[in-house]
Amino acid sequence: MARYDRAITVFSPDGHLFQVEYALEAVRKGNAAVGVRGTDTIVLGVEKKSTPKLQDSRSVRKIVSLDTHIALACAGLKADARVLINRARIECQSHRLTVEDPVTVEYITRYIAGLQQKYTQSGGVRPFGLSTLIVGFDPDTGVPALYQTDPSGTFSAWKANATGRNSNSMREFLEKNYKETSGQETVKLAIRALLEVVESGGKNIEIAVMTKEHGLRQLEEAEIDAIVAEIEAEKAAAEAAKKAPSRDT
Amino acid sequence: MECVFGLVGDGFALVAADTSAVHSILVHKSNEDKVMILDSHKLLGASGEAGDRVQFTEYIQKNVHLYEFRNGIPLTTAATANFTRGELALALRKNPYSVNILLAGYDKNIGPSLYYIDYIATLHKVDKGAFGYGSYFSLSMMDRHYKSGMSLEEAIDLVDKCIIEIRSRLVVAPPNFVIKIVDKDGAREYAWRESIKDAGVSAA
Repeated sequence: MARYDRAITVFSPDGHLFQVEYALEAVRKGNAAVGVRGTDTIVLGVEKKSTPKLQDSRSVRKIVSLDTHIALACAGLKADARVLINRARIECQSHRLTVEDPVTVEYITRYIAGLQQKYTQSGGVRPFGLSTLIVGFDPDTGVPALYQTDPSGTFSAWKANATGRNSNSMREFLEKNYKETSGQETVKLAIRALLEVVESGGKNIEIAVMTKEHGLRQLEEAEIDAIVAEIEAEKAAAEAAKKAPSRDT
Repeated sequence: MECVFGLVGDGFALVAADTSAVHSILVHKSNEDKVMILDSHKLLGASGEAGDRVQFTEYIQKNVHLYEFRNGIPLTTAATANFTRGELALALRKNPYSVNILLAGYDKNIGPSLYYIDYIATLHKVDKGAFGYGSYFSLSMMDRHYKSGMSLEEAIDLVDKCIIEIRSRLVVAPPNFVIKIVDKDGAREYAWRESIKDAGVSAA
């Protein structure tokens, strides 16, 4: 096995590209990120690992805009993310320049995934160590979309998805609890999924909400705290309701 | 016979341009918008060869947007002017763009500003500027009537005086003009001055 994970271009005898799989490992070690698609709102959330006291947290933005109607969150190697995000931003403007139309979410996802794939099939380079969650509203139809890419260069559309640390637990939660939501309900669902794996509190999660009219809006810590409080209250009420009937019998 | 002119007033800058698209003796259309809204607080009035004008101004606009996405903060008007001039200068000795530009912008803490950038990459920060044959008339009018810190009403009055002068004295004067302004509230269209509306087919 050791001989087949050096150069990326080499398949192992049992059909693995080990460098790609190791890149996926790097993603699994990255911070948790979740995306939920509602009918008129799309929410991205990422876990904020404890910020060092002297660091200016505003300089570490984990959810970024690629264009006025497209946003991206990722899990994995942040330096690799910078490179991909830069290329994607250039492509968004280049597309507008050549065809005088903003990109669709699928187009830019395909572009980013294509870039990730290129680096799995070249000599002397390593794959990008990150998976991305790309959200946006299609400029013509206004339909919201959520896509995910990974280091192998595959991409697909999702109603809700998670990546990074403990993504399996978050995805399980979403599969159990997903329903068509809109507005604040979508935000709550995303936060609830993140809270499954992240320590509760506004300073440990970063949430951004995208709507057709207002584009991307990062929520303030106070707003997140308020919603977290609502969720905890709802949870407590649900627990109490569960216990109450059994006491009567 | 393209005319573009602009001036800086009290807390605002404006750019006026004619709106005819002409090819030799044929007027393609008389409502061609030559003042591009570069971003929320910048205007780019351009005159020159039609293909170059659109190509170059759109290229500048997309690069200005890219800067804002990359850095989370918009370019200042001065930086944009210098970037634009730089691109013209780069192309000059290979494949020059035949485009003359008046860039107007509003920056917080700096206020309004106007930049004159001609096709051979001259850059000047000015209070008033003009390009084209119309400049012979508008520049003279502005030299006579302009004072710094004019109100919007006074400035529009001066613009109208210039347009009247161009219409009456230039041999093939453009009939219609567009006026756009930029101030602390952003860049926007202010008014059109039309003496010929693109009419539909009249009934028999």
